[in-house]
Amino acid sequence: MSTEAPSTIDLASRLDRQAPAVEVRDLRKTFRRRDRKAGRFARKRPWPALDDVTFTIARGECVAILGQNGSGKSTLVRLLSTLLISDGGKARVFGHDVDREASTIRRLVNRVSVEASFFKKMSASENLSYAARFYGMTPRQTRTGVPEILTEVGFPADRRGEAMENLSRGMQQKVALARALLTSPVLLLLDEPTTGLDPRSKLEVQEFIRRVRAEHDATILLCTHDMAEAETLADRIGLLDRGRLLFLEPVEDVKRRFGVETLEQAFFAATGREFVAEEGDREDDEYREVFG
Amino acid sequence: MSEFALETRNQLVGLFGIVERNMYLTKRYFVWDLAFMVWTIANTLTIVFIARAAHLPPEKENTLATVLLVGATIWAFLGIIFEFMTETVAWERWEGTIEYTFMAPLSRLVHLFGQGAYAVLYGLIRATILFFAVAAFIGIHMPNANFGAALALLALASISFIGVGIMTSVLPLISPEKGAQLGFVCQGVMLVVSGVYYPVTVMPEWMQWIAKFSPATYALRGCRHSIINGTGLVWADVWPLLIIAVLATPIGLAVFRVGERHAKRHGKLKRSG
Repeated sequence: MSTEAPSTIDLASRLDRQAPAVEVRDLRKTFRRRDRKAGRFARKRPWPALDDVTFTIARGECVAILGQNGSGKSTLVRLLSTLLISDGGKARVFGHDVDREASTIRRLVNRVSVEASFFKKMSASENLSYAARFYGMTPRQTRTGVPEILTEVGFPADRRGEAMENLSRGMQQKVALARALLTSPVLLLLDEPTTGLDPRSKLEVQEFIRRVRAEHDATILLCTHDMAEAETLADRIGLLDRGRLLFLEPVEDVKRRFGVETLEQAFFAATGREFVAEEGDREDDEYREVFG
Repeated sequence: MSEFALETRNQLVGLFGIVERNMYLTKRYFVWDLAFMVWTIANTLTIVFIARAAHLPPEKENTLATVLLVGATIWAFLGIIFEFMTETVAWERWEGTIEYTFMAPLSRLVHLFGQGAYAVLYGLIRATILFFAVAAFIGIHMPNANFGAALALLALASISFIGVGIMTSVLPLISPEKGAQLGFVCQGVMLVVSGVYYPVTVMPEWMQWIAKFSPATYALRGCRHSIINGTGLVWADVWPLLIIAVLATPIGLAVFRVGERHAKRHGKLKRSG
């Protein structure tokens, strides 16, 4: 891909080549929530979203973190993208502390979340140009860069000027992938990127993730509840359950460790519960059509 | 390019991005904006017609109408600034883009100042249309008006308004449900103590004391003098605005940072609130 944000010129100086891409040690985050069953006026109680989570991701690696709804996957992604402040522990990206060096981290990281999240009245091109400005890309650069990246993700050229609200959710997700890649991040955080997509779109997005890995110098953290997706894309698989990371190792090692044949069985063996593949944070469970 | 020069360049491009995005949105919501413009004109007319109802001699009626028109126009101008500033967070939360904007490598000062700069530009255009539309409708005469001085004073006051606006823009971060409305409470309170439709001297002494800290006090007083008497920029109005301008933005930014940290600690920096 020829699209390079000018800010990437100085990225090299911000990368600690010796450090792992992601280094998380004893990371904790607790929210206070009111127990719905206890009534409207019940006191809020601490609810640990991440409980002493420790792991590392090597540069260029693709790691999948599996977990059900509320397991802490999105909290982990938000912490690494500087949208949350941890209660304890350390998280470093290419040697930079996410709490104390947030501005450096923001140059290195981008993400795709379950909801595409765009200005709905603006077109795909306008939304991408707007996002690219934050990373230092001028109108001259986005005039060529935006069409290029949209072509790369398979977005039809004749719909670039159409308002986002008229696009199917699958189309919007493709634009979200384009937005994340337009800024050439060295760490890509994918938070349920294929949830709710129809099977064909899901395969397309997964294929695109593989290409990104092959063609870019990007490290990928994929948070998903789709076990098949995790197995096919990731070098190592971790299981996050109720805020605790139960394991993080290659899929074959996981199966061997629990003496099972599938990841579903491994989940059951590790937690004593069935894995229920819920629909993430999504507000509805309709399928997203890419070619709608 | 040195690291500093590159960073400065990137921040300026980001600032342009904020203004550019608002231009796109204004274009998309143009018909709605026209409808709001009609509402603002109607609202201003209800205020300026009070001068007619006072049954004063024509010259005094004209002066009263101008005083009321300046007050209503600055109310509308300030309303746009506060609306844009509180929407910095509220609108992005509604669109779902808030996380992407807040994790981007754009300094908060540039982000908020870009939003404020567009608000001032857009507000000035709307206030000018409002002012002349109502003046023409009512038939107000302004033979001595020094519009250049009035505009310059308003531009100077705008720096302070942006600073105060930054403080209020943090409210939707703290309370996603009610924060945006609180911004309008601040606008109302600021104008009440600043003599929006009356001289500051008619208020109780403690309110007059508060009025000294409001940039709107000097903007209203100065603009009225310029438009009614043709006065140029008066130092007595300029220096308080300069001091407030120098203080308001850093204080606003500091308040916003505290709010942002609070939101990041409590997980409020997300689309669903």
